[in-house]
Amino acid sequence: MEEISVQKACPDACIGERQNSISSGGKNKSAIHCTDDSLAGSVSQRACVFCGARVVLNPVTDAVHLVHGPIGCATYTWDIRGSLSSGSEMYRSSFSTDMKERDVVFGGEKKLVAAIDEIVEKYHPPAIFVYATCVSGMIGDDIIAVSKAASARYGIDVIPVESSGFISGNKVVGYRSAAEALMKLITPKDKGTVEKTRKLNFLGEYNLGGETWLIRNYLAEIGIEVNVAFTGDSTVAALKLAPGACLNIVQCTGSMHWVAVNLEKTFGTPFISVNFFGAGNTAESLRRIAVFYDDPEITRRTEALIAREMDRIQPVLQRYRKKLAGKRAAIYVGGAYKAVAIIRQLKELGMEIVLTGTQTGKKEEYDDISGMLGADAVVIDDANPAELEKFLLEKHVDVMAGGVKERVLAYKLGIGFVDHNHDRKECLAGFEGAVTFAHEVYVTTCSPVWKQLKRTLAPEVC
Amino acid sequence: MDCSELPKPAGKARQVNENQCQMCMPLGGVIAFKGIENAMVISHGSQGCSTYMRLANVEHFNEPVDIASSSLNEKQTIYGGEANLKKAIDNVLRVYNPKVIGVLTTCLSETMGEDLDRIVATYIQERQIEDVDIVPVPTPSYSGSHTEGFWAATRGIIAHFAKPTEKHTRINLIIPHISPADIRGIKRILGLMDVEYTLVPDYSLTLDRPYGGRYQKIPPGGTKTEEITRMPGAPLTIQFGLTCPDALSPGRFLEEQFGVPLINLPLPMGIEATDQFVETLQGLTSGTVPDQLTLERGWLLDAMADSHKYNAVGRPVIYGEPEIVYALVRTVTANGAPPVVIASGTKNSKLAGLLVPVLAEVDDKPILLEETDFAAIEEAAAGAGVNVAVGHSGGKFLTESRGIPVVRVGFPIHDRTGGQRILSVGYAGTLAFLDRFTNTLLEAKYASYRAQAKEKMMIREGC
Repeated sequence: MEEISVQKACPDACIGERQNSISSGGKNKSAIHCTDDSLAGSVSQRACVFCGARVVLNPVTDAVHLVHGPIGCATYTWDIRGSLSSGSEMYRSSFSTDMKERDVVFGGEKKLVAAIDEIVEKYHPPAIFVYATCVSGMIGDDIIAVSKAASARYGIDVIPVESSGFISGNKVVGYRSAAEALMKLITPKDKGTVEKTRKLNFLGEYNLGGETWLIRNYLAEIGIEVNVAFTGDSTVAALKLAPGACLNIVQCTGSMHWVAVNLEKTFGTPFISVNFFGAGNTAESLRRIAVFYDDPEITRRTEALIAREMDRIQPVLQRYRKKLAGKRAAIYVGGAYKAVAIIRQLKELGMEIVLTGTQTGKKEEYDDISGMLGADAVVIDDANPAELEKFLLEKHVDVMAGGVKERVLAYKLGIGFVDHNHDRKECLAGFEGAVTFAHEVYVTTCSPVWKQLKRTLAPEVC
Repeated sequence: MDCSELPKPAGKARQVNENQCQMCMPLGGVIAFKGIENAMVISHGSQGCSTYMRLANVEHFNEPVDIASSSLNEKQTIYGGEANLKKAIDNVLRVYNPKVIGVLTTCLSETMGEDLDRIVATYIQERQIEDVDIVPVPTPSYSGSHTEGFWAATRGIIAHFAKPTEKHTRINLIIPHISPADIRGIKRILGLMDVEYTLVPDYSLTLDRPYGGRYQKIPPGGTKTEEITRMPGAPLTIQFGLTCPDALSPGRFLEEQFGVPLINLPLPMGIEATDQFVETLQGLTSGTVPDQLTLERGWLLDAMADSHKYNAVGRPVIYGEPEIVYALVRTVTANGAPPVVIASGTKNSKLAGLLVPVLAEVDDKPILLEETDFAAIEEAAAGAGVNVAVGHSGGKFLTESRGIPVVRVGFPIHDRTGGQRILSVGYAGTLAFLDRFTNTLLEAKYASYRAQAKEKMMIREGC
């Protein structure tokens, strides 16, 4: 074997005030700080309130998404999700009022009104989401009044989304703004009602790589129909039928827990949580849904589907397990439900998880995460590149799962990477997705390129 | 010449921007600061601005591009962001240990009316900072695009460091927002011509770092601040910035403040503009043009002859930042494929006037769209029978909805790899561009000519 050198971490990368947000080697284990605002200057990987709202609502395919602010906010969120549509492609366009200096000084409401008029005339959309940004929020443009007037004028849903970036340093607050907008959209007007059905709503599912379709097919096979997903491949008309579901299944709890609670409160629809990332999680979720329906035929079909799929994929996963067992993995993702699912899948592949972090995890979720990991593992909330770099090197990580910003860092450190972000193109859900995920982990962890990169490393200096 | 000679699109003024052709002002500022040695950037605003700008840069450069934020929240928005900005500088100093910190304002901090100069001055005094330069630059996005942000920060950096200096022989070279490979292409020509220079901003390594050695939070490379300090002693400034607004022009600043003569040149792309650059350098050194450049010039001319008929079927739309658009229009026009639509998301007072003589001999004048968006570009392209697009990844819908292939140049390139390595300047870079452009046309031709001939010739009635 040739000598392989590894990069070493610089010792001084952590900011004192961030210490309580990092748990390592048993420290802080039960008390990780995860509700703090991002620390100024720490180079947080988090985005903003506007971003949170924008990504949750983006997959509503036939709505127009109009960003009321200067150009940047719209530019950076133009077609950034991997959500797929079976119909309209309207959601992939990014509309902006492109506020200029004069609008900031004299107010941007007139421009917003004109923009809505222009959009309605050109596209006749069933709904327009109007997003507030830092500037429009700060100068006090009344997007609620403008939206209400436009709704009345055109007889369509023009829905304000109160997502000014400065409201909070945490995009979870933006999830809430989006959730409120969705509730506004689906609550029947004039005391109308929606007839109840045996269908379910799939909350916190965004149809990345066609995942909504895949799960919908599983459910169809066991005899259950999906009413609408929030918000993957949804339409305005389909969302308005949401009150008619008999059950809400909730996957991304960070973005949709509040909606689930409110759907129960308003329409009496119960909810259960599900998670379709990983074969084990998928099987458990299908069983949980079957239990709710309490129908022997559904139960029989569910077990048949699980048995068939498990038989099919287990040998494939075992082959990957042979290659990957003992490798060391790190995870840094937005939401905790995803982290939990990835931990489980990587463990099923025989890998050791040495670092896990999220942008928006809650205390109970961090407790779950810590419980799944070994005593030496690092758990981190709202990490920054310096901390990720330090722990990726210290923990001799072989592969990382995360988003775009983490990817380039991992590669620079000579570490494999799996995209588990909202802009990914692959379907990672369900039984098929479990195989795809294992394949993704394998092709990057065991890629021949790392051997060349490590061979090329200069002697470490710190 | 009258700017109105190029036709404008018909129809009434639009109120909504649909699919953006420009990015925000601080983003351009970030790129300029990344071209300074040992520099780090702080975006004074809400957390999202820095994260979005990082994302845009990461996707284009395939590099970690760290940008700190003062992470302003509601409370600071009301009571002022001074404490947050100071804390951000503290933390950046601690973790990144930079020698230069660029502080860029955002829409939010500008609307709040933050007095950046005062905050920074107070900070330096309070913390007794001596060996770190903190350079504030106002970049509110409602006043300009990333293009203006790039120029404003470049000018701000030079204005901060430049000091009266004894005369020397090193020339100043100021570049517009081009790719790291383009910067290397320009430096190569300077090296071949044996000219000493200070190039600002030089992100050729910092935003395209080779693998090897321990990872450094601030990548090695970038223009040295000592060299920027000495720019006022240069014999002249060459600036590739014909479209650069006067108020933001770094070269004009050096001329007005320190009397350094400014030679504003087009970006050296295409035979003429590259000749102009080489001749200017030749005038400085009074030397001969090295064989290597003569060879490359010859290869470019040879390729232009070889591909001129393929180019003749090209009906391009050119879009992007004004300086690059201008360079591309000259290049494709010289190759026999004059554009039919020219567009920029940025409003520029000079572009229209500059284009008039370039297009003087073109019979069918192209449509010029300024401060535009991709909805308008697509409409104009469809109306004008465009069959090839040249510009950044924003044009992807032209391909998706209209089948118009995009030759990728500019920023951002987020749907292909290697945006940082796209070379289009100098004789060699122009040739590389010409081949990419021509082969895109050829690919379309070979994909369709049999079917088209069949349709047109064989199935025609009576045949």
